[in-house]
Amino acid sequence: MFPVSPPGRGWGWVNVSWLPSLEGLGVGKQKDSMTNETIISVSNLVKKFGSFTANDDLNFEVFKGEIFGFLGANGAGKTTTIRILSGLSVPTSGDAIVAGFSASRQPEKIKSVIGYMCQKFSLYDDLTARENIMLYGGIYGMSKQLIKERTRSVFEKLYFEAYENKLISSLPLGLKQKLAFSVAVLHEPEIVFLDEPTGGVDPITRRQFWEMIYETAARGITVFVTTHYMDEAEYCDRISIMSDGRIVALDTPANLKKQYNAESVEEVFVKIARPGLSPHNQTI
Amino acid sequence: MKRFLGFVRKEFLHIFRDYRTLIILFGIPAAQILLFGYVVSTDVKNAGVAFLDLSKDEITEKISDKICSSGFFNRTADLANYNDIDRILKKGKTKAVIVFEDNFGRRLISEGNATLTIIADGSEPNTATLVTNYITAIITDFNRELSGPAAGATTLVQAEVRMFYNPGLKGHFMFVPGVITLIMILICALMTSVTITREKEFGTMEVLLVSPLKPVQIILGKVMPYFFLSFIDVMVILLLSWLVFDLPVKGSLILLLAESMLYIMMSLSLGILISTVSSTMQQAIFISLVGMMLPTILLSGFIFPIENMPEVYGWISSILPPRYFIVIIKSIMIKGSGFLYVWKETLILTAFTVIFIGLSIRNFKIRLQ
Repeated sequence: MFPVSPPGRGWGWVNVSWLPSLEGLGVGKQKDSMTNETIISVSNLVKKFGSFTANDDLNFEVFKGEIFGFLGANGAGKTTTIRILSGLSVPTSGDAIVAGFSASRQPEKIKSVIGYMCQKFSLYDDLTARENIMLYGGIYGMSKQLIKERTRSVFEKLYFEAYENKLISSLPLGLKQKLAFSVAVLHEPEIVFLDEPTGGVDPITRRQFWEMIYETAARGITVFVTTHYMDEAEYCDRISIMSDGRIVALDTPANLKKQYNAESVEEVFVKIARPGLSPHNQTI
Repeated sequence: MKRFLGFVRKEFLHIFRDYRTLIILFGIPAAQILLFGYVVSTDVKNAGVAFLDLSKDEITEKISDKICSSGFFNRTADLANYNDIDRILKKGKTKAVIVFEDNFGRRLISEGNATLTIIADGSEPNTATLVTNYITAIITDFNRELSGPAAGATTLVQAEVRMFYNPGLKGHFMFVPGVITLIMILICALMTSVTITREKEFGTMEVLLVSPLKPVQIILGKVMPYFFLSFIDVMVILLLSWLVFDLPVKGSLILLLAESMLYIMMSLSLGILISTVSSTMQQAIFISLVGMMLPTILLSGFIFPIENMPEVYGWISSILPPRYFIVIIKSIMIKGSGFLYVWKETLILTAFTVIFIGLSIRNFKIRLQ
């Protein structure tokens, strides 16, 4: 069973038909916001847990304002890398410079310049939308005034005014995820790490979610995103594919497709992760 | 600091929005106090007593009649010899046996005093104490009648109380110290371990760890509200037991509160330790309940005296922190002892706290690697 596919659905599930409509978002085009300024620079990064090597000599760079897709099968070592890049864990050897700070020596400094949203849901169910925002704003040391302003703009953007004093538990999942993302970038971080942000979300909300990602990147915030939805990978400026702790491919989606002679990123992914298998003869 | 306070505020919101937490925090302590108070009720009605009258004279008859006509006692049997005592007590209906010595009446008249023995069923300590107290009171009353109003304080008939099965009768009236000990472990260890693992389970812990808040601040922020609320609980329990059951604190109240704070801190650090080894709330609840609550109830000396346990259980109980707190709180509340009498236990509790915190930090670091 290939881990990428959502349970109970075949390979044909990825809804390619709505991809063209994303052209308005600038998919496939070099965005203006993307620069050549390096914001994350990983060199010879190794992370071992006992005798198990989770990250094996990683080397890559991420540019400011870029949407960087970080793909790989479950257990490929993505989470380990994200934990190091976000200051949660220190490398065994090698280093990563994140927004100017070293992941091995200044992990605490990294924490204040990044935003983070994880695959599990990251808002508090028993607090209201407003209280959640106040909490995270406070944790990131924002002033009351600033929190108030940003809260207003978040609510306006999400057409959220009716919900602001409702408990999070009473909101639909899609709305929660969008709010969680807004909270993750509330303090205008340099980089935001999104760990499978759209798991379990319906296609329409996913599309809206990606609109938010684009908008965020356009503001100069680098987006580092992992996903198992290969259609989403197509929207990234560049993607890397990890397998067994190594990065086996890193380029723009278009170049990768050309290189692997594939029609979609999904095909590229399968060719890399399971050489000799194409999605069409894979049985689920 | 501002970041930290915002975080603490959120923790209070969690507590006050969840009625189940509130029930555990304030409902259970009140209910426990009232429940235990009811169990240790001071009512004796129609308790069974048997008589072993080795004298069989007018005076012994008078005394036994007086006891049985008091309304508190029922005569269950008249025994023939000492061997019957064990048999009748084991049947369970008889709560006490009253033994009049040989020539009771003659001695009382010629020598001026005589001895009757009350043998109570110590397997029910509360009832036993009550029964013996009542009987002693009746006999004192009889003394007064016998000697006449002018005779003053000379005791003619002496009642000598002995307990079978549980001579010390320890564990009686211990419910207030016991409940405080139990509730603090429940609230502090259980609630903190659950609230921390909840964050882990819901994935919010990741987000907090990635934030500029330091792990120490996160843990302190989560624990602090429980510290305050537990402390309020201690005072509520003390107040309730004083108002409802008339149980005052004999020793220094300040010392008692300070020791309670130490115990709360110990329990909180235990809760933190539990949260570092469990990844789900269920696991945390299981460890706290089975691993802490049951041993606390059974082995800490709360209900069953440690002295009466088989030696092995005594050893087990010596690694249970509540055991030491019960000693402290008993000494201060009931005996009125000062710090000099409980410094050893205080030191042990402090050591436990340090060990738990040390282990938690170690586990936490391993997890972060």
